[in-house]
Amino acid sequence: MAQVTLDSVRKIYPNGVEAVTPASFQIKDGEFVVLVGPSGCGKSTLLRMIAGLEDITEGALSIGDNVVNTLDPADRDIAMVFQNYALYPHMTVRKNIAYGLKNRKTPKDVIAQKVDEAAKMLNLTEYLDRKPAQLSGGQRQRVAMGRAIVRDPALFLFDEPLSNLDAKLRNQMRIEIKALQRRLGVTSIYVTHDQVEAMTMADRIIVLNGGRIEQIGTPSDIYHNPASTFVASFMGAPPMNLVAAEMQDGILSFAGLELPLASSMRGPVTLGLRPEDLIIDSHGPLAMEVELIEELGAHRLLHGQVNGQRLTVHLAKEEQVALGPLHLSCRVQNLCLFHPETGARMDGGFAFNLAQDRMEERV
Amino acid sequence: MKRAGFASRWLPILLLVPQLSIILVFFYWPAAYAVKSSFYLQDPFGFGQTFVGLENYSSLADSAEYLRVTNFTVVFTVLVTFFSLALALLLAVKADKVIRGAKSYRTLLMWVYAVAPPVAGYMGLILFNQRWGPLTELFGMFGWEFNLRADYFDTAFAMVVVSVWKQVPVNFIFFLSGLQSIPKSVREAALIDNRSASGRFWDVTFPLLAPTGFFLLIINITYALFDTFGVIDTLVKGEPANNPMTLVYKVYIDGFRGNDLGGSSAQSVVLMLLVLALTVFQFRMVEKRIHYT
Amino acid sequence: MADISLSTATPVIPRRRFLWSTLVDHAVLITGALIMFFPLLVMLQTASTPDIETMKYGPGLYFGDQLDDNFRKAMFEASGFSGANTGLSMFKNSLILGLGFAIGKIVIGMMAAYAIVYFRLRFATFAFWLIFTTLLLPLEVRILPSYEITQKLGLLNTYTGLIVPLIASATATFFFRQFFRSVPEELVEAARIDGAGPVKFFIDILVPLSQTMIAAMFIIMFVYGWNQYLWPTMITTDEGMYTLVRGIKRIVQVLQGGNEIPEYGRANVLAIIAVLPPVAIVIFFQSWFVKGLTESDK
Ligand SMILES: Nc1ncnc2c1ncn2[C@@H]1O[C@H](COP(=O)(O)OP(=O)(O)OP(=O)(O)O)[C@@H](O)[C@H]1O
Ligand SMILES: [Mg+2]
Repeated sequence: MAQVTLDSVRKIYPNGVEAVTPASFQIKDGEFVVLVGPSGCGKSTLLRMIAGLEDITEGALSIGDNVVNTLDPADRDIAMVFQNYALYPHMTVRKNIAYGLKNRKTPKDVIAQKVDEAAKMLNLTEYLDRKPAQLSGGQRQRVAMGRAIVRDPALFLFDEPLSNLDAKLRNQMRIEIKALQRRLGVTSIYVTHDQVEAMTMADRIIVLNGGRIEQIGTPSDIYHNPASTFVASFMGAPPMNLVAAEMQDGILSFAGLELPLASSMRGPVTLGLRPEDLIIDSHGPLAMEVELIEELGAHRLLHGQVNGQRLTVHLAKEEQVALGPLHLSCRVQNLCLFHPETGARMDGGFAFNLAQDRMEERV
Repeated sequence: MKRAGFASRWLPILLLVPQLSIILVFFYWPAAYAVKSSFYLQDPFGFGQTFVGLENYSSLADSAEYLRVTNFTVVFTVLVTFFSLALALLLAVKADKVIRGAKSYRTLLMWVYAVAPPVAGYMGLILFNQRWGPLTELFGMFGWEFNLRADYFDTAFAMVVVSVWKQVPVNFIFFLSGLQSIPKSVREAALIDNRSASGRFWDVTFPLLAPTGFFLLIINITYALFDTFGVIDTLVKGEPANNPMTLVYKVYIDGFRGNDLGGSSAQSVVLMLLVLALTVFQFRMVEKRIHYT
Repeated sequence: MADISLSTATPVIPRRRFLWSTLVDHAVLITGALIMFFPLLVMLQTASTPDIETMKYGPGLYFGDQLDDNFRKAMFEASGFSGANTGLSMFKNSLILGLGFAIGKIVIGMMAAYAIVYFRLRFATFAFWLIFTTLLLPLEVRILPSYEITQKLGLLNTYTGLIVPLIASATATFFFRQFFRSVPEELVEAARIDGAGPVKFFIDILVPLSQTMIAAMFIIMFVYGWNQYLWPTMITTDEGMYTLVRGIKRIVQVLQGGNEIPEYGRANVLAIIAVLPPVAIVIFFQSWFVKGLTESDK
């Protein structure tokens, strides 16, 4: 078990693409960290550099106390689970799981015992003598897990391990992997572009965008305190509403909403409102034209426009609504302000302090 | 290269050494040697050689014999390519259509792939035997006095027939596998859109076979130019005399029998250029993508 | 209450219409198959009849009883001048050529393809072009200089001289390169994390994965090697080194005949034997062979 430290790690591919701009962060021993971001943002590249499958262009990577930049993947004491599992198609499940141990000259009886243990843990015992082609997707996924855990590595690396599974199996495996990691206590780095996976599995999330780290934080941090419009719109389904608002003389105004803020900022800002922070309120300041009601069983989503800007509202299932005009208010304490051009967070935690007395109010 | 290639330095070199040394000795050296010899005149008795510049080439250009052989090669190549492709396509389409016995037909139509060209030529000798060859007799019934090796046209005819017979199976295999790789959904869509079977063939199947067909076109031209050597050599019993022959056969006859190394090398170089042109053409066409992937 | 009656009558399944076009399809295919087969039948017939009959009347309609005898003559009795030229020795040489060529080509091709695909090589592009240029020019266009060079190296009438120059092209290398490239990237990555080095990966993973491809290549290459004609004709002058296909040239000259009766039976037996092994392999391993052949172009 080990901690992982990246110090200004950077990747430039031979063709000149800068896939990862210098990134620095530390992953604590036993922590489960999820790298999340849209396709092509450099998640796999970062993970593969940690695995040693890709050269590090600049910077230092340490696992435990050692800088491992030039170490071979086999010598880094890691195990990796791939998106397409990368099982050896001509070997049985047993041989697949044992291959890494065999190459490390582990005694035969130890291998047999470890394989059996892992198989039991993963419910694979009855499939040990089958070949990968004779297994279902979920079973293959488990074999890939088995191959990783028998080695007792210091670090687990996962590259979108669940994206080839159907939705139901994905939910199930998500829980199994998380539980397994808890039990084994192995430091893990998990790549996904699925924000639900990221939210539910992570101790900490690292959000990447275009090769840059946008934000590092706990799931709740990332959700409630997004560092940029990118994070705000990427995390959460449906995403945060982002609308153009105006700051003038200490007043934030958007449509009919006027909110005094102790800030000398002036000019346009981007205002972020989570759908669940918008509330139907016949006296509310926001006049919305509802265009579509999305029925999701446990709750509903209203889609419509306020002042010509699209807005989504999260609605508990017992509330009654119809298409057409509607009034909303919102929970002030959860508002976020972003720079209208760069998208960076602007309120930085001070915004609503002076309005403390009105914190609990709806405006 | 794979993105996570091994970094070992000496191992890949070790792995490449056998291949590289063989092609250096038996490919690049001979090719260079041919180019060089084509600028020299070899003394027929082996006493050295003299540099003659492009003389070997210019005498080729002036040679009526060479022109005649070139003409025959062109006609021969066109005929062999056309007929072996057309017949193979016909058979493949039928074999793809029938449900019963499809596999047996495939076997029965493809085994000739494994027959060596000279053996095919030898079979031609028997079938076209002047006195009692079954095919000679058949033609005789229609009043055609078939005369292998004595009549230029008849010999050319036999060469084309045997070469086509030998080549149909290869084309058949490719066409059939091309047909079978047309997705079922596409066929079904065509079935709904077009009620005439021949319409479906020309509008959908044929264009989808175009990549296969183009690839085969090149293969067949190469076959007609080079691999028919065995067929021709046996059909003329190694003594071409006034019989038709192809460019490759002439390279062999002039160089090996006639000891005209310079002239033969010049012919080799011309052939090399021809093949290179063919390849460039192939790449061009592939670039223009007759490919639907 | 309404009575729900289930129809118990068996539904009338329309009988498949008899289609003239299906008949035509079969007719075309059968004709094709017969045309393919006809020459072989003629060969078999003449191989089983006494030479004198063949000489007088040509191929007949019935099979004779001479096959055994002709087979024995063809295989074990020497023809030619040296007495080394029996069918059996030619068969052996053909086998050596076919196997040597196929194995040599596959081993060398796999090694080179592995180096090109799986290693970070500075001169990889150069090596690639050097190797793949050989696909452009068949042996036939450089046949004379190849002969001269083989002669200079003292390799006339040797198996090395027979086989190695034929290997000097990159077909197998190209084929294996294509195949290796289609192997998922993650496999080598998983293997590296599992602690396998380049040699281990090659032996434990890549070779077993390539089994079908190797088999397909083997069949194609064996047939190609066995069927070589021009090169063996030039390189072997010693009758003990003749292959069956090379021997055809001799047979043809025998048929010129002088005043004697040409030995049709014996010659045809040799021709049939020259054809049989490659044909048998192609038929028995049809699916591998077809796969290998049609996938080599991609
Ligand atoms: N071998 C390579 N050579 C050059 N550029 C590459 C290479 N591999 C990836 N890239 C580029 O680097 C960037 C990051 O790629 P990466 O595979 O890390 O994305 P990702 O976040 O894993 O995306 P996905 O979610 O689609 O897997 C992309 O723009 C990609 O095009
Ligand atoms: Mg990725």
